[in-house]
Amino acid sequence: MSLVRTAAIVLRYFYLVRGSLSRVFPLFAWVAIDMVLWGFITKYLNTFTSAGFSFVPRLLGAVLLWDFLVRAMQGVTITFFEDVWSRNFLNIFATPLSVSEYIGGLVLSSIVTSAVGLVVMLVLATSLFGLSFFAYGIMLVPFLLVLFLFGIALGILGSGMVLRLGPASEWFIWPIPALIAPFAGVFYPLSTLPQWMRDISLLLPPSYVFEGMRAVVSGAPVSGTALLWSGCLTVLYVLFAYWFFIRTYRRAVRTGLIARYSAETVS
Amino acid sequence: MTLTKVLSVKDLRKVYGQTLAVDGISFDIGHNEIVGLLGPNGAGKTTTINMVLGVLEPSSGTIHIEDMDIGTDRSRALLRTNFAAVYAPLPGNLTVFQNLRVFGLLYGVKDLSERIETLLLQFDLSRFRNVKCGLLSSGEQTRVGLAKAMLNSPHLLLLDEPTASLDPATARDIRMKIRDFAAQGGVGVLWTSHNMYEVADVCDRVLFLSRGKILLEGDPKTLPREHGKETLEELFIAVAREPLTLGAGA
Repeated sequence: MSLVRTAAIVLRYFYLVRGSLSRVFPLFAWVAIDMVLWGFITKYLNTFTSAGFSFVPRLLGAVLLWDFLVRAMQGVTITFFEDVWSRNFLNIFATPLSVSEYIGGLVLSSIVTSAVGLVVMLVLATSLFGLSFFAYGIMLVPFLLVLFLFGIALGILGSGMVLRLGPASEWFIWPIPALIAPFAGVFYPLSTLPQWMRDISLLLPPSYVFEGMRAVVSGAPVSGTALLWSGCLTVLYVLFAYWFFIRTYRRAVRTGLIARYSAETVS
Repeated sequence: MTLTKVLSVKDLRKVYGQTLAVDGISFDIGHNEIVGLLGPNGAGKTTTINMVLGVLEPSSGTIHIEDMDIGTDRSRALLRTNFAAVYAPLPGNLTVFQNLRVFGLLYGVKDLSERIETLLLQFDLSRFRNVKCGLLSSGEQTRVGLAKAMLNSPHLLLLDEPTASLDPATARDIRMKIRDFAAQGGVGVLWTSHNMYEVADVCDRVLFLSRGKILLEGDPKTLPREHGKETLEELFIAVAREPLTLGAGA
């Protein structure tokens, strides 16, 4: 594994972002809009609550954490899509770059872009609406880690799907977080959901994070077993996504799709 | 040990569903040798090149770049290989310098900055250094692609119609540069082109491919006469139209 080759993928994305306002803007614009919108919604909801209860860490904090997961996922997919959009697969995969080095580059790019989004959200939520990350205590670290890794897993999985189904299938990828959000209990406790949805929630690592987050701000203990289970699940998702991408890539090399990707299919 | 072959292809075969694209071809390329891979459209030239580049898995057969099997030692083999093709332009949203830097890192080029400056001068690209590749003319993009192909001083250079979009003067200049590069660095070159004048001028040996098989092989200067034709172009047309008379069915 060559770190230089992995760094080349990051450098390529850095060059693209540096020279393009349309790439810089989405790094912070949508998350900033989300913070402002949900900040005011939260403020409004707080007018109906009794003293001592605040929606800020429950709702605005949840939006922030969920947006962080989405940014982590999109950090991977957008870096991958740059190769799709510029029809660069033949050039890039005819170099000594291995698939794991390539995925490593996508993940590193995502670390940078999702960190930018997180900082912007924190600054806005803290300065405008009084959200304090200290409200979550030390549990914030595993929360962020699980959400980031799950976002990475979704990003790799989504990239693999686009590699398998062709450039037009990128529109399958954008709504994935919106499909998962209702099951993950981002805005409400899982007990709100019908049983069949709760069964699915058990398989989604973010659901444990958001349940844990609500427990922390309510002063209740967080289940260490549940958090450990969510961590194990997350690792499984990352490994599955990696396996799926590698398998899809090998298939694309076998069928010739890598060299003729713009055709979308070789059949 | 001195390696005499930079590329060794054995019994290479590629089947797409019911279509046999490459049918058990074998050939070698030596150091300092430029080999032309000729044939009509759909003969299997690009399929062969893609298999050598490791972006297409052969149905059977082996490819060795120097002593390395592309199937099992892909990264090491590709460190010594590079290519340029008209159908694979570099990303148009990066500048010439940025593209060369990114690909230089991917190929593990030492003293990369120095190497890029040399190539910018060599391919007359200095004034386009900070221009996005998508804004260049097709001829200029071809030169950037060739500069990328030389970045890692490859032992094996694969060129798929490298001069297709160049004017005659630039094309001649580029041919000379590639020939000098091959001669000085002990490089082996696999060159496809539909310009028979170019092939006769540049190649030490040609392979005529038709329907996935190598039909003829030899010196481009003497091969036409050996088959009763005046020029390489006439021979090419005969291969394209009447492959059976030249032994395709053999």
